[in-house]
Amino acid sequence: MALSRLSLRSNRFLRPSTTAAALPSSIRRHVSTDTTPITIETAVPFESHLCDAPSRSVETSSAEILSFFRDMARMRRMEIAADSLYKSKLIRGFCHLYDGQEALAVGMEAAITRKDAIITSYRDHCTFLGRGGELVDAFSELMGRKRGCSNGKGGSMHFYKKDACFYGGHGIVGAQIPLGCGLAFAQKYSKEEFVTFTLYGDGAANQGQLFEALNIAALWDLPAILVCENNHYGMGTATWRSAKSPAYFKRGDYVPGLKVDGMDALAVKQACKFAKEHALKNGPIVLEMDTYRYHGHSMSDPGSTYRTRDEVSGVRQVRDPIERVRKLLLSHDIATEKELKDMEKEVRKEVDDAVAQAKESPVPEPSELFTNMYVKDCGVESFGADRKELKVTLT
Amino acid sequence: MWGILGRRAVVNGGISASSLRSRVRSSSVSARSYAAAGSKEMTVRDALNSAIDEEMSADPKVFVMGEEVGQYQGAYKITKGLLEKYGPERVYDTPITEAGFTGIGVGAAYAGLKPVVEFMTFNFSMQAIDHIINSAAKSNYMSAGQINVPIVFRGPNGAAAGVGAQHSQCYAAWYASVPGLKVLAPYSAEDARGLLKAAIRDPDPVVFLENELLYGESFPISEEALDSSFCLPIGKAKIEREGKDVTITTFSKMVGFALKAAEKLAEEGISAEVINLRSIRPLDRATINASVRKTSRLVTVEEGFPQHGVCAEICASVVEESFSYLDAPVERIAGADVPMPYAANLERLALPQVEDIVRAAKRACFRSK
Repeated sequence: MALSRLSLRSNRFLRPSTTAAALPSSIRRHVSTDTTPITIETAVPFESHLCDAPSRSVETSSAEILSFFRDMARMRRMEIAADSLYKSKLIRGFCHLYDGQEALAVGMEAAITRKDAIITSYRDHCTFLGRGGELVDAFSELMGRKRGCSNGKGGSMHFYKKDACFYGGHGIVGAQIPLGCGLAFAQKYSKEEFVTFTLYGDGAANQGQLFEALNIAALWDLPAILVCENNHYGMGTATWRSAKSPAYFKRGDYVPGLKVDGMDALAVKQACKFAKEHALKNGPIVLEMDTYRYHGHSMSDPGSTYRTRDEVSGVRQVRDPIERVRKLLLSHDIATEKELKDMEKEVRKEVDDAVAQAKESPVPEPSELFTNMYVKDCGVESFGADRKELKVTLT
Repeated sequence: MWGILGRRAVVNGGISASSLRSRVRSSSVSARSYAAAGSKEMTVRDALNSAIDEEMSADPKVFVMGEEVGQYQGAYKITKGLLEKYGPERVYDTPITEAGFTGIGVGAAYAGLKPVVEFMTFNFSMQAIDHIINSAAKSNYMSAGQINVPIVFRGPNGAAAGVGAQHSQCYAAWYASVPGLKVLAPYSAEDARGLLKAAIRDPDPVVFLENELLYGESFPISEEALDSSFCLPIGKAKIEREGKDVTITTFSKMVGFALKAAEKLAEEGISAEVINLRSIRPLDRATINASVRKTSRLVTVEEGFPQHGVCAEICASVVEESFSYLDAPVERIAGADVPMPYAANLERLALPQVEDIVRAAKRACFRSK
């Protein structure tokens, strides 16, 4: 979709192929279910490596773009709420926030099914939501409560949703990459026509295990899509200081790649759709999503010692994924400003309610300390800190 | 082995006495009962920083390598100021690639340099464990003494607060089981300074297990320990508190818990001797056994997983060497036999608490609640 600056000058490029803009206001009321195809052009062209880039014209609909707005607004509010909860010490340990990167989560979901698999790093809250995870389950997990998606035992970095083929939530940088290739292996082995998206950051892009797994994926034609979420900083280290070649989409060498404007949900959707088709026919492909995180690496990192505040606010002003979709909705008369603001208010209330509900959830039972060690416990003994005081036979 | 060297004039070779002392506060009232009024205090963080600084100043072959150690000033600020002071040829920020940079560090040590490799936590050392064990620990032996590896692997080890299963493991038992490695675990600021300086000077590979929750803790520190020549011997435990009824052995953060337990036990008339292991490999079996022969009872404590742990080795040593002196079975207090849960109440259950140590000591003394 064209950038906001262009839209101010001329609406010509932004006219959809249908005349949605000319529809009377009474019809606009039903827009959230309007699936009439609209074609939007991405602002930034794709860059490709060893393949032909997909078209910049993305097929979408009013309903879809509105859903992007709502879903991203929800993700954004969730992360802001998490920031607050962390500062109030209701969330402990590590908390890695995704605000700024929401377009990736929603764009990807729009291109795939819940039987395609996703696996990612510790920056997983929004990915979980994208896979159909509930806000209250996310907040409960963050606060270490029973209702959490991992029963409070995983924490921020270990959200999962197996029934939606979301395999976590991983704390060790890069580890999810071979794991994702393994998921793809299983998909091919079972002759399913599904693919796996393995998400990792620019920091993880230099990990040896990436190249080992990618080599095997390429040799064995696994339907693995490696998605580098390039937010330009691996903790405090900018890409130019950690990678000799920061052209991550080319780092697959013999594996094709695509560079995508990761702040544009429609571009992300197009790229993921393209990648899925490619992976099913030709094996692995690398997608580099050019994105940005507003927060520091984690809540322990202010994010301002290695980048300027001007840089952060600059990205927020020019590339914010939610603002771009808002402008698109307004310029195409899909929604009014008030409707969008109301939607944001609803989302805010949704998030606040979920936080309140999560706060009510009790902490896990002490007996949970010993559950889920094994699937088949076979009489194994486990012990508490004082083995004579607390000894349990796992059943 | 380095003994504690006598006092000397501080050599002005980089770190000045005044800059070190500026990191040290005078405390008029110390929280600790055993510190005299007017004694100086230092955080473990500053102790580690000053130790690395002094050793870099003394030996140009010493360099620091790891993630965020330079421009970021260290993920936990242990290497703060070093890049500014020594420049990019002595302090290297690496990409997030442990296997690669650890291998590079070991290779540099083969060639005679003295790397201090930081793991942001020891959980990430698992990515590099092949190099620590196969490339570093065994080289001197395999080459019949030709290739020694004067490297230090350091970083936070064990549980922090709420960091979950993949970020909370204690690696003391794993590394200490490997011949060819030396494994140290400081508790106090004095331990941190003396053991790290000893480790950097040591010609063999040393795994140096710090603790994130201790970094900000202040301890009294002696003039001797502030001296740039200060070194502690590797392989010697320290008796933190003398006692006659029961021996409690432990290391790192648990030393603080054991000392608190000892105070509680003293209120009930049980005199506990607390041994701070300081060195997991070599393990100071002599000190441990001498203590057990004095008290006849042993409670051994660690934060890590219980099976095949440090406590298990201590128990075996005591049963082998001092069996007839034991008046009670050996007690083990360790982390729970589960991956670390995130929820705060479960995490508390998964880690040794002071009351666990007190309870075990009373059992060893045949005292019921």
